[in-house]
Amino acid sequence: MTTETSSELTNGDTSESADMALPPLIEARAGRAPRAVSATLPNGLDTLVVRRPTVPMVEVRLRIPLPAANSATAAATTARGSLMSASMLFGTAQRNQERLANDLAAVGADLSVSADADRLLFSTAVLRTGLSTVLGLLAEVVTSASYPSAEVAAERDRLGQRIAMALTQPAVVARMARSRRLFGDHPYAQTMPDLSVVAGLEAATLRRTHRDRVRPYGATLVVVGDVQPATVVRQATSAFADWVGPARKSRMMPLPDFDPVGITLVDRPGAVQSNVRIGGGAVGRRDPVYAALQLANLIFGGYFSSRLTENLRERNGFTYSPHSGIDNSAAGSTILIDADVASAVTARAVHETWYELGRMALAPVTQDELDSARRYALGTLALSTATQAGLASTLTSLAGQGLSASWLTDYQKAVAGVTIADVQAVSHRYLSVSSLATVVVGDAALVENSLGSLAALRKPG
Amino acid sequence: MPAVEATAIVARVPVRAPTLPAHPLHRLTLDNGLRVVLAPDSTAPVVAVAVYYDVGMRSEPMGRTGFAHLFEHVMFQGSAHLPKLEHARQVQGSGGVFNGSTHLDYTNYFEVLPAGALERALFCEADRMAAPLLTQETIDNQIDVVKEEIRVNVLNRPYGAFPWLQLPEVLYDTFANTHNGYGDFVDLESATADDAAQFFDSYYAPGNAVLAVGGDFGVEQATEWVSRYFGRVIARSTPVRPPFGEPALTEDRHAEVIDPLATTPALAIGWRVPDPVNDLDAYLPYVVLSELMSDSDASRLEQRLIHRDHLAISQAMYLGLFGDPFDARNATGLMFQAHHASQTSAAQLITAVEDELASVASGGVGDAELARVQARIAAQLLRQADPVLGRTQSFAAGELIHGRAEFALELPARLAGVAAESVAAAAAELRAQHKAVLELKPGAGA
Repeated sequence: MTTETSSELTNGDTSESADMALPPLIEARAGRAPRAVSATLPNGLDTLVVRRPTVPMVEVRLRIPLPAANSATAAATTARGSLMSASMLFGTAQRNQERLANDLAAVGADLSVSADADRLLFSTAVLRTGLSTVLGLLAEVVTSASYPSAEVAAERDRLGQRIAMALTQPAVVARMARSRRLFGDHPYAQTMPDLSVVAGLEAATLRRTHRDRVRPYGATLVVVGDVQPATVVRQATSAFADWVGPARKSRMMPLPDFDPVGITLVDRPGAVQSNVRIGGGAVGRRDPVYAALQLANLIFGGYFSSRLTENLRERNGFTYSPHSGIDNSAAGSTILIDADVASAVTARAVHETWYELGRMALAPVTQDELDSARRYALGTLALSTATQAGLASTLTSLAGQGLSASWLTDYQKAVAGVTIADVQAVSHRYLSVSSLATVVVGDAALVENSLGSLAALRKPG
Repeated sequence: MPAVEATAIVARVPVRAPTLPAHPLHRLTLDNGLRVVLAPDSTAPVVAVAVYYDVGMRSEPMGRTGFAHLFEHVMFQGSAHLPKLEHARQVQGSGGVFNGSTHLDYTNYFEVLPAGALERALFCEADRMAAPLLTQETIDNQIDVVKEEIRVNVLNRPYGAFPWLQLPEVLYDTFANTHNGYGDFVDLESATADDAAQFFDSYYAPGNAVLAVGGDFGVEQATEWVSRYFGRVIARSTPVRPPFGEPALTEDRHAEVIDPLATTPALAIGWRVPDPVNDLDAYLPYVVLSELMSDSDASRLEQRLIHRDHLAISQAMYLGLFGDPFDARNATGLMFQAHHASQTSAAQLITAVEDELASVASGGVGDAELARVQARIAAQLLRQADPVLGRTQSFAAGELIHGRAEFALELPARLAGVAAESVAAAAAELRAQHKAVLELKPGAGA
């Protein structure tokens, strides 16, 4: 398509005056780097505060490491973490569930607790005037969550129902299948708590786990918003004074090797679409080639202007929203490629995805592609850290890997310096088809034959 | 657990709802009829551009279900000076993000970018307002893409688009309000370039749109750019919008759907509510009521259905099909939905929800409870207003739906002014009127 053929559509305005040329980009003033005040409280809790008074609100995150010790305890740790996070706000030494919920709502807060293989995470926003209340209630929860037996039993049933419902979602099935393929018996393979393990949990177990694992050492409190950092550090010191406990080793075991050969096919009879999931090892934020890998990922499939979207969606109409990204977890980073495609074109979509991976691995990207990805990476980093919530979540995620806010500045510099050769090198290493595992969830009767022509099919492990 | 004494960390004084930071709004109307709202704010070096067209799913003609959404896709397929894919490349290659979405009453397109890319973003939006490329080739491509979108969000998963696709058929009567806004495949597959040209001509006139720009820019400079790029879009006649309101239900309605992929049931209930635009004072108490009933762990339904009676796996009560109380005109409704175990009957859930409404209606709302709900509403409005895109979209929607961008700035005070008696009266009205019930039955073995 060219502008010549389209000018007849401009309602008679066919003159190509100078101002119909694409306007230039103006170098914007640099955003202020977040100035984080950090302090380790007397109980060992790392605290990070940023003043960002854009609205009279405060974002609060509390991240507590909760890794499984080893493969043998992974299922139990995942189930406990899941039920603990769902039951933790059922009361404290001073408040029952309803009172706790009311007192949080009174200052505009809605505290959520979530668990994954690495950590527990408390998260809320609160009206500026309610920060000390929220810190006090949060401290009350971590020091004296009561896990009342009857309520925990009811929640255990509800959690079981939620898990059963989730297991009917194809995206969940696909994520589990890829995690098993990549991580084997590593705790990261446990993306969903096991129903039978959940069914056997008792409130007393949660209380004991809470005592053992919910500790201030290794935990991080992040506060971003309309605050004075020195005041917040004082408030937090006072609020969390009674939260004590010895440091304990909390390191996730390293990621295992996996066999990238063959396509895992998970049969989902009657499916009208196939979930294609590809994954493999990547480097983490501390690695010198992380910035290059991020840009390679963007060019490949990390944003709409990527090769994968152009190919699968805009050229072939195979899929709505193909995507690739880098997951940074405590034990290591992983590249993840997702596309939900029509059943009839499943093998062709896998083939086209592999083709685009091959192109990344074997041939240099263009300067235009690199410049676009670079500006997108820098621009979206600025956008995502321009809000209270975005900055709080970014800082919490960095803290999970022991990184501070200064990483953001280093990363920007690294992105600015990435060359075509750098992208080529990381693509060859991390985007090679031969180093990635492919998983497909779909109706085997429709896709087995054609997929088998691409690679040997494996049964789900 | 026995009643417990709360310690002194909880403030005794009610929290006064804070207001949004002051944003001076500048407004102009171009000769071609385009309404423009400029909301400068230099707290971060970013800008947002939002174009809202006054056409949504409700305006689709019979035989063309899903066309508003399909057309939204096609608007990304190139324009006079930007070949296919170039819009995305210009915005993302400038360091920005973009999207578009189709609602009942409008279709929007927006981007948020580094401040230095504002002129380019305005150029791109103006170019497709003037002359999108509407070729059969790109339409056929996007029909395939939309079909995959429907498969991923509706057909290939349990509870797909429940209840927003299915409940309107029970709650309303007219084609405009009941038809499938995602589109029947038969309708989608027969869409042509001529249909698109006609739809564009009818509904995408500059006089049928609002442009909002927010963030770090000078008003004078932005005005010049807006005039230069959007000013050249030729004026066309704007469509007359038919009323989409419907008379109140005259009886309770009940329907069932079988979801072949679901293993546990779900329930949806809909009630009609007052006109959210022309009867705003009557509508606002329903906004407060929905929060009181369903928002956060402290809400009545969360307490009753989840914590006390263990009737539901999850619950939600909200206004509007998509959960935004201020993005639709009349007719609109209050929706309730819950997932529940098979051992719990839909009747048990309905009774519990009606009990709770009756309790608000007869027992009223106490000061402490109302203060809590108001604090939650204030916090949510402030949080939405923090990102420049959220602010800019609320100005565009305010201008389009309510005729005033300032609506977004006034909303916190308006909601904070809703009295307890009005909330109780809204609950009483819901108990007095008829409701539409939709049961989702699991069709898959558990």
